[in-house]
Amino acid sequence: MDGVTAAGVRASSRIVARADGRGGTALPVLDGEGPLALRRTRASGGEAKVMVVGAMSGPLGGDRFTLAARVEEGARLHVGSAAATLALPGQTKHEARYDVRLDVADGGELHWLPEQLISAHGSELQVATRAELGAGARLVLREEQVLGRAGEVPGRLTSRLTVRVAGRCVLDQELACGPGAPGGWDGPAVLAGHRAVGQLLVARPEFAERPPIARMLGECAALMPLAGPAVLVSAVAPDALLLRGLLDEALALLGP
Amino acid sequence: MSRAALLVLADGRFPAGGHAHSGGAEAAVKAGRITSAATLEDFCRGRLHTAGLVAGALAAAAVLGVEPAALDAAADARTPSPALRNAARRLGRQLTRAARACWPSPELEALAGEFPRGAHQPVVLGLAARAAGLAPGDAAYCAAYECVSGPATATVRLLSLDPFDATGVLARLAPELDRVVDRAVEAARRAADEGVGALPAASGPLLESGAEWHAAWSVRLFAS
Repeated sequence: MDGVTAAGVRASSRIVARADGRGGTALPVLDGEGPLALRRTRASGGEAKVMVVGAMSGPLGGDRFTLAARVEEGARLHVGSAAATLALPGQTKHEARYDVRLDVADGGELHWLPEQLISAHGSELQVATRAELGAGARLVLREEQVLGRAGEVPGRLTSRLTVRVAGRCVLDQELACGPGAPGGWDGPAVLAGHRAVGQLLVARPEFAERPPIARMLGECAALMPLAGPAVLVSAVAPDALLLRGLLDEALALLGP
Repeated sequence: MSRAALLVLADGRFPAGGHAHSGGAEAAVKAGRITSAATLEDFCRGRLHTAGLVAGALAAAAVLGVEPAALDAAADARTPSPALRNAARRLGRQLTRAARACWPSPELEALAGEFPRGAHQPVVLGLAARAAGLAPGDAAYCAAYECVSGPATATVRLLSLDPFDATGVLARLAPELDRVVDRAVEAARRAADEGVGALPAASGPLLESGAEWHAAWSVRLFAS
């Protein structure tokens, strides 16, 4: 950790997954820092599993977290988190930043399935997730934002998700919500009072030839083939549990 | 060139096919999320700050000379719904035809050749404004205004809303429209220097999923 300063905590954690040549995946780099501790858990098949463990509360206002994972050719990595991430107000007036950078090489596979991000009252957080995929890479990425703890007015949250496949941007989406966000964020065009919003991005090389067909999952969630070998499931729901149900249903529909 | 060209381009009667689209209002009305002038205003405000900001920035960037194919790809990445991508291209194709007739230019010819099925409408709008000698802000105003005037006009038909009330919504949104246009032009200038990644990517999840829901209906009043 670069340290705890008056302005907040600076922390960056890194994972590198590499094929071990025996059908498994090694983790030559597993560098957790400060609030973002990393634990290797039991592997299944050829896939290495890592759990992100929140070792400090946060992100708090002024904190800057960076989490990077690189999956090399032929490696398979699954990353989850031990608990939801709770964005909280800090002692400074500055917003917090949480940057996630994912790189998956040709023939690599990443399942990035953290628990929810909860935007607590008074918090201000900017999240940016960037995924860079090789043409033959596979990715399952889930992001879920929960606006406020039970019955709470949420904080301000801005979350941008950018996915590039073979150098071409297939998805660039930003959602801004909470008090102070541009107007209409809770209105009929954006969230309409829903308090949980999620994205499931699945990229597979075979989608270039045979993209899945667009379909609805209920009235507020859609599975949408993107302009590239990927699909996005975009969902809003009254709460985190119902949202997870929708995203799980979508993932099951897409098959292994 | 003439500033009055802006009036021609922004005119609701400009023959570019926009009247056939509700900008997501038809789905929101059916879902019970637009029921009145107040909820229409909230819908339009959300659309203005998301799709409107993105469309404004795309259009302004096209006026500044950012490569249309790069802008079109950026529009694709910012439009996850295939129904909305199709609608944007259909509208883009119609606008290309109208613009070529009004302000013939080699750039519009090239665009028509490169995108026979239509480029995203805001990109075409920007190139049309460029051909007409208009400024980046002019194109952003057209794009942002269209993104709220479409739903307002459609809601008059969908809900039999009083046209005075619907137009009042647009008038009340005018100051916010000014701010969105300022942000759009600022982002477009950054995109001209740094590439299209600097364009805004603001999104409304219910606009995207609502468009998919709407596209699956067998009977509908509007094309999108």
